[in-house]
Amino acid sequence: MASQEILREEPSRGSFINDPKVRGIFFQAVVVIVLVASVWWIVQNTIDNLTRLNIASGFGFLRGRAGFDISDSAIAYSSDSTYSRAILVGFINTLIVAGAGIVTATLIGFILGIGRLSRNWLIRKICMVYVEVFRNIPPLLVIFFWYSGVLAVLPAPRDSYNLPFGSFLNQRGFYFPRAVWGDGSWLIFVALLLGIAMAWFVARKARQRQMATGQQFPVFWTSAALIVGLPLLAYALSGFPLSFDFPQQSTFNLVGGFQVKPEFLSLYLALSFYTAAFIAEIVRAGIMGVSKGQTEAAGALGLRPGSILRLVVVPQAMRIVIPPLTSQYLNLTKNSSLAIAIGYPDLTATTGTVLNQTGQAIECVLIMMVVYLVLSLLTSAVMNVVNARMALVER
Amino acid sequence: MPIHSMRKSVTLRKSEGRILQARPRSALDRTLPALFALLTNFQARLSAIQAFAAIGFQTLSVSVIFLDLTGIIAFDAVREWEAGVPGMGRNGKLRSHGKKSQVRLKKTEKGLWVMKHIAIGILGAAAFGLMASAASAATLDDVKAKGFIQCGVSTGLAGFSAPDDKGDWQGIDADFCRAVAAAVFGDGTKVKFTPLSAKERFTALQSGEVDILSRNTTWTINRDTALGLNFAGVTYYDGQGFMINAKKLPGVNSALQLSGAAVCVQSGTTTELNLADYFKSNKMEYNPVVFEKLDEVNAAYDAGRCDVYTTDQSGLYGIRLTLGSPADHVVLPEIISKEPLGPVVRQGDDQWFHIVRWTYYALLQTEELGITKANVDEMKASDNPEIKRVLGEEADTKIGTDLGVSNDWVVNIVKAVGNYGEMFERNVGSGSPLKIARGINAQWTKGGLQYAMPIR
Repeated sequence: MASQEILREEPSRGSFINDPKVRGIFFQAVVVIVLVASVWWIVQNTIDNLTRLNIASGFGFLRGRAGFDISDSAIAYSSDSTYSRAILVGFINTLIVAGAGIVTATLIGFILGIGRLSRNWLIRKICMVYVEVFRNIPPLLVIFFWYSGVLAVLPAPRDSYNLPFGSFLNQRGFYFPRAVWGDGSWLIFVALLLGIAMAWFVARKARQRQMATGQQFPVFWTSAALIVGLPLLAYALSGFPLSFDFPQQSTFNLVGGFQVKPEFLSLYLALSFYTAAFIAEIVRAGIMGVSKGQTEAAGALGLRPGSILRLVVVPQAMRIVIPPLTSQYLNLTKNSSLAIAIGYPDLTATTGTVLNQTGQAIECVLIMMVVYLVLSLLTSAVMNVVNARMALVER
Repeated sequence: MPIHSMRKSVTLRKSEGRILQARPRSALDRTLPALFALLTNFQARLSAIQAFAAIGFQTLSVSVIFLDLTGIIAFDAVREWEAGVPGMGRNGKLRSHGKKSQVRLKKTEKGLWVMKHIAIGILGAAAFGLMASAASAATLDDVKAKGFIQCGVSTGLAGFSAPDDKGDWQGIDADFCRAVAAAVFGDGTKVKFTPLSAKERFTALQSGEVDILSRNTTWTINRDTALGLNFAGVTYYDGQGFMINAKKLPGVNSALQLSGAAVCVQSGTTTELNLADYFKSNKMEYNPVVFEKLDEVNAAYDAGRCDVYTTDQSGLYGIRLTLGSPADHVVLPEIISKEPLGPVVRQGDDQWFHIVRWTYYALLQTEELGITKANVDEMKASDNPEIKRVLGEEADTKIGTDLGVSNDWVVNIVKAVGNYGEMFERNVGSGSPLKIARGINAQWTKGGLQYAMPIR
């Protein structure tokens, strides 16, 4: 209570001008005015200059015909589509490469992080070397390493490596058979969804039973059987409606099948491997942050090493891991804009092309900034929710 | 109670007027006026050590905002210093009271603390940072004041603009800038070159980073109107073509056989658009492999990432020379577009536009009249009134001064780079490794398209 009194009762000796409170308010008001004035001035200045230089502005150009093609598109796109569609294609490509990169980087990162704490000398050192090497190389170099060093030296399409299941690997990318779903194949997807739902239900019931009676139930095998077995059953029942479109050799390239372009592959691999090194360190820090007494106490309760890690150490480590993990995810998403160096059509690349074809520099840069900002804020929001659920609940 | 004693000591020190000497760190006053007194001190010391490093931020040629680094650094230092101050429940000291009545206090105090931080942050960025200085709009005055022309060129295209082994820029586009410099300064060396990618070029010109864009740029209506640019002429009439590796693709001798091919192309060019149009109109499929920089496209094509390279035909001949084994590659006969390449300036400055445009015509006119680098001094004594007029030898001539340059501007141009024909042969024609024939780039008198408006 004492501190409160002191703060409130501080006498304003002397003149009004010397009152720190008044001064504080005055300066903050000045700051706000200066800020508003400078923003207004910058905007006004830009508008003036655009008018003076006869540069068209506004976002109306987005409805125009793009006229250029994009090599990799997850949605229907042709040169007849609009500029906004082109930007959307780039945005989706960014999402794809960032999403795939985050999953892979997390997997590799966790394995490496745990590997660095292994009792096995060789595993420990291999993980250490990996982390130190990748952590200390700029991501752009890692991307070039994969693009020019690994994928570009693969053979030409004519001499592709034949891989199992009718897939091919050459310098134009990785080709594998595309699944062609026939009539009645919706049943398989319904069965898959049903299987997942049932597996979730079984896991919940098993947990409740274990809480109540202490009896365990083989949840893993039941779930696996449900998730794999039900779709297989549906597949057989609907009369095997699945066929495959195999890649074939043509004049220039392999046609048919599904092609993963080397630009995507190198960006995805580079981002995953690069970020994994950072995630490994975060995971290691998280595990080491859990006091040794926890492990010993769990051991004393009779848990096996695997269960100790899964039930005691990892849940506590996650609380330390998640906040820095969020910034790594954000970094990975933002690093995906390095795609431009190898010609993968991500948001930066396609918006850059739109910028140059239309000359609407301010608008395009604004779009890019807003999209990346929103993407980052969304990622943060999701991770904050995860963090809140993981956080220590005091009882 | 620790907080209590701290507050008291602050009040005491304040009344003594010894804020700046306050020790230890944790006992410093954190009101804004005190902070500012400290900041001023800090800045004085900083600016003494630090050269006035400024991040220039250009808003379209007229005004320049400088973000002064010293302000930001000082601001960071204050924040760090502030973070070290205990209290406000950040280090848990207030929490130790454990009473509910304290919670509200904590919130208001925290709010104050946050507000102060925001206020300081804004000040750090704004009050220390923003200075505006206006620059004039007349390019000629700017150019004369700085003493050279800033010329935007490509990142390296043989024959048009590429640095030679000494690092000097060579090519038609580079020489054109030298010609303009010769017209303005009487000295063709007063040029500085800025290599620009296809994507950067227009922004660089619009923002005033370069005075002329002489970078194998195609003249289109959109660029002339919506981008606020003016094309001063056509220094090279080009057309888009295709190049393939004949060794790897023996059967292909027409662009119409290219369906299904992977095509390397530079992003943000008219080439990219023509390519899409051509394949669409011929109902063929293709696989675009798009890069931002020319050397990235070259590397990808050389490595076999794509089957076909497409760009302006002159460019293809130039690029072929840089490939691993030039003899393996052939340029297909089809030309799928019109690509008139020429120098570009900003709209709204007619004087500068005229200087650039008439430099181009002077290059053509001198070739038409047979004035060359070698004979220009003799030609000054010619009896031909047209030659005399063009070279500024006519009595009381005002042609040059009306343009805003000296009257011997054409003489200076020719002495610097020769006439258009000489420029062509030296850079892309018979005197160069490219060996491109004049073709449609010949003078109108010889069946070409190059036609100078009369200089009179």
